[in-house]
Amino acid sequence: MSGPALHLAVEIDGDGAHPAAWRRAAHSPDQLLTPRRLARIAAVAENAGFTLITLDDGVLPPGAGPDPVGRIGAVERAAFVAAATSTVGIAPVVPVTYAEPFHVSSQLASLDHISGGRAGWVVTEEELPEAARAWGRPLVADADARARESRDGVEVARALWDSWEDDAVIRSVATSRYLDRDRLHYVDFSGEAYSVKGPAIVPRPPQGQLVVLGDPGRVPAAQLDVALVAGRDVAAIATAAAAAGTPRVFAEVEVALDTTEATGAERVADLERHTEWTDRGRLRHIGTADQLVAVLAELSHHVDGVRLHPLVLDEDLPVLSSLVLPALSARRLVARPLPGTSLRSTLGLERPANRFAPVAAVQEDAR
Amino acid sequence: MTRTDPLDVPRPHAQLHFGVFFQGVNHWTIWSAPDSGSQIDPASFRRVAQTAERGLFDAFFLGEGLRLREVDGRIHDLDVAGRPDAITQLAALAAVTRRIGLVSTSNSTFNEPADLARRLSGLDLLSEGRAGWNVVTTDNAWTGANFRRGGYLDHADRYRRAEEFLTVARALWDGWQEGAVADSTDAASWSAPDAVRQVRHRGPQFDVDLTPTLPRSAQGHPVIFQAGDSAEGRDFAARNADVIFSAHGNDFDDALAFAEDIRTRLRAVGRPDDDLRILPGTEIIIGATEEEAQEKKRWIRLQQVTPATALGIAGLLWGIDLSDHDADGPLPKEDPVVAENDGSFGARRIADPREVVAEWRAKAETHGWSLRETVIALGPQRGHVGTPSGLADKFAHFVRHGAVDGFNVTPYLIPDGLDDIVDLLIPELQERGLYPTEYTGTTLRDHLGLREPLTHRSAPERRRAG
Repeated sequence: MSGPALHLAVEIDGDGAHPAAWRRAAHSPDQLLTPRRLARIAAVAENAGFTLITLDDGVLPPGAGPDPVGRIGAVERAAFVAAATSTVGIAPVVPVTYAEPFHVSSQLASLDHISGGRAGWVVTEEELPEAARAWGRPLVADADARARESRDGVEVARALWDSWEDDAVIRSVATSRYLDRDRLHYVDFSGEAYSVKGPAIVPRPPQGQLVVLGDPGRVPAAQLDVALVAGRDVAAIATAAAAAGTPRVFAEVEVALDTTEATGAERVADLERHTEWTDRGRLRHIGTADQLVAVLAELSHHVDGVRLHPLVLDEDLPVLSSLVLPALSARRLVARPLPGTSLRSTLGLERPANRFAPVAAVQEDAR
Repeated sequence: MTRTDPLDVPRPHAQLHFGVFFQGVNHWTIWSAPDSGSQIDPASFRRVAQTAERGLFDAFFLGEGLRLREVDGRIHDLDVAGRPDAITQLAALAAVTRRIGLVSTSNSTFNEPADLARRLSGLDLLSEGRAGWNVVTTDNAWTGANFRRGGYLDHADRYRRAEEFLTVARALWDGWQEGAVADSTDAASWSAPDAVRQVRHRGPQFDVDLTPTLPRSAQGHPVIFQAGDSAEGRDFAARNADVIFSAHGNDFDDALAFAEDIRTRLRAVGRPDDDLRILPGTEIIIGATEEEAQEKKRWIRLQQVTPATALGIAGLLWGIDLSDHDADGPLPKEDPVVAENDGSFGARRIADPREVVAEWRAKAETHGWSLRETVIALGPQRGHVGTPSGLADKFAHFVRHGAVDGFNVTPYLIPDGLDDIVDLLIPELQERGLYPTEYTGTTLRDHLGLREPLTHRSAPERRRAG
């Protein structure tokens, strides 16, 4: 691929990857759900040179007492961040296990317009039965059924993004026509659980299709632009990456870095006194920035990018920003996204042709 | 209109509230002029919102339609269409505005409380208490074809569902006690134990068990807007809304009758009759002289009602395809057809088109109007036209007699359509003491001068209200 060897994404939900991260945050708990806090973290991540910010979400509380139980919706946070930043990519987590794919598609297309083509979508699942009770929908009971909902939801969203051709707005004064209805398409999706007519109510996103990220074990690889793969070590990640079958692969990596105040190990131990850090089978780096740079350099031979999950955002982001990204940049392993560049372009992905457009228009798209 | 003693009116100190409605879909937005901007570029939304904020408007308002409009099974192609999801767009505007309210039109039929109430709550927090929700309902299968639940909701159930939706939404918005979240990282727990109340609701429309995930905003709840004009819609507003976005703001007597009707309904449900703001949607066309304003109106109407649009509007009235007629010729000879309403835009036909067509024919003959001229003259009259000074006097009469609390302005041009209102009309209003000279509060509820949310009031307060 062209471009840098490695793209760095960072998950910025809450106060960090550890459930008790709030205890080491630089702000009081009652400041977590404020626009100032969100804007500040997004600015730190953008200034550090990350390619992509992701924002975790779900209909249920993010955790249980004594840890945080509040969270603003990821799409709303993403839109706010998009208006407050200019280069970083932004991908909210949106499960479609129970959500309306038509709404999800509209919201994400809007995010792409708002961000000028910097939007992505992390597809996850609502796994707990409580989510069905919250939505007031029949339980999607097992893993196969949840995978079906994700597959159908992504299919509908992607079809709707194509349901307006890029040049559907013609503003033809001569014929009094604002739209060319031949360039608008019904999607006529019909799945096992529901059907969707279309077309979209939002014009085609600037990127054509948003960058869709997800676990290739849960979402068909053909629907993903970026596979998010996990493994406890580089070898396991390399194996998963080789099997992903997606245009790009990002590794999930949890980090607890040494800071001037305390080592990563000490910080983890401090938080583990309160709550256990859930083991998700991901490579976990606890140590120095230099060691992390070495791990990432090694990973760059196997994956296109890494999504970092910092232990405590307020402690780890400054180290990532001041030590890790500059070191990787000096070795030309990473590059900050350029202003005016879409997330797809930054990742070296083509702008996709429109599935509904006639062939001539497809060729035009591909130019 | 003669100028009367400014204090010899029912509400001598009343001030106007302005909102702006970025319409996004309909023929009132002119797309053919050289300065007609993008309907989707975020810069257009930012520009309108920031201009409105410069003019100290209370609210920036977005509409919603969950299916592209169709006429006779074909996508309606004459008007602007294609707009962003409202809450998503407003969350972005929260980052680039400081004071103006951000109001989303969102459908209670094709949403679920767990999702929509939380999205609105998130917008309210990100804007620090500036969110509003214009509650709209749908009953038709045509729109439902885009959704899991599919079509159908019995017409009578639309407002029942909306009301039950609000009940659940309010329970969620009230689910966290004041000060639920700790103010120090040294606290034993992020939030006080038992500070978050589960919401268990079993009703005809919703059967849900929810854990509220967000605290109250600076304004308690998002401000509730309502726009339905039926008796059912008005009663729904009297029971639930903080603001009515009405269609009664053009003619003074009509506006006053509507306002009196709403106040009667408010008293009937035990609310004070100043508990709700009435903001009719209106176009405002400004000229340096009366003649210039009228000339501008003529130009605007010709841009809005193109020959094809005139034939389209007449086609909806007649119930037949008139697109091969000449809009600049006489009215069609054919008799109108009464058609079934399936919910699509093209099916929103008038109950008895024959009566309306007869009236159109009579007036067109009297004045020698073409079809297009007839559509322009007899279509909905939704604008105020005049000089800044003349309009200020007129609006003073409206607001100080209690006919309106202000207007939700619908610009005919995007993104510059508010400029002359803010630059020319607002100063005239301020000079007359009819308009604030600064934002005195921070929340949408503050701007509108509203009391706290209905569910936060104590019982004695509610009794006093009655």
